[in-house]
Amino acid sequence: MGVKSKQLPRHAWKEEVTVNIRPMTALVTLCMLAFSPPVQAADKPTDPQIAHIAYTAGVIDVENARLAISKSGNKAVVSFAEDMVRDHEAVNTQALDLVKKLKVTPEDNDTSKALARAADDERAKLAKLDGASFDKAYVDNEVAYHKQVNGALETLLIPSASNAELKALLETGLKIFQGHQQHAEHVAATLK
Amino acid sequence: MRAGFYLVAITGLMLGNGAMLAEARTIRVTIDKMAFVPAEIEAQVGDTIEWVNNDILVHTATVKGGWEVMIPAKGTASRAVVEAGQVDFYCRFHPNMKGRISVAAP
Repeated sequence: MGVKSKQLPRHAWKEEVTVNIRPMTALVTLCMLAFSPPVQAADKPTDPQIAHIAYTAGVIDVENARLAISKSGNKAVVSFAEDMVRDHEAVNTQALDLVKKLKVTPEDNDTSKALARAADDERAKLAKLDGASFDKAYVDNEVAYHKQVNGALETLLIPSASNAELKALLETGLKIFQGHQQHAEHVAATLK
Repeated sequence: MRAGFYLVAITGLMLGNGAMLAEARTIRVTIDKMAFVPAEIEAQVGDTIEWVNNDILVHTATVKGGWEVMIPAKGTASRAVVEAGQVDFYCRFHPNMKGRISVAAP
């Protein structure tokens, strides 16, 4: 599924703008999605879009985790990252099985694109860090990322899902990711 | 057949309590949406704990510095209770999942 966005020209301004702001663009996007009340029905994502957003969010976390596994020497950080790969891949496999069963084709959309772009920026920043500063930045981002994804699931994606099975999978995902958030907070506390 | 029967009989005698063997129970702990249910169980030496994992994720029941049972996604795993006392277990992959087994002496 195409989560890597290639259509950069439309957002060429971003290169300059994001240099000095915190690497939280993806979170801000989700946050805005989650907390601005839908003005029109058209603001509600459709099931194919929801499936794409949820899948993209999972892929991002797996990619960040792979980076952490390759870079970190901290046992707690590496095992947390391994947990993220295992769980998000399991959830995404389940999601793919479900869309196949429902004959739904996940549909790329602005939220997925913004998520993927912001995640690329974040990963580029993480890639430049090493040792304890990498560990802290990775885990702090994991806490914030899960918090915001969970917020978006709770307030936007789950309520917008119309298919019952998709809704149920998102609800299961939310439980799992809430667990991840707590786990990340626990690891973050040990790094301080 | 016959040999098998004698083996069972002898094992029962060796353990010194045929009645206890007959009463050995299987205690089920269900895993649903990242939680052990029930979180606290009581068992007796000789019982078996069976974990039934309804989640799509792999979990473990791990005792720090002790045993570990790997519980496959949508699968089950079990372990015989061999020692009296109280143990806390958790899922090594999801450390906020916790459980406790209180084991009475035979």
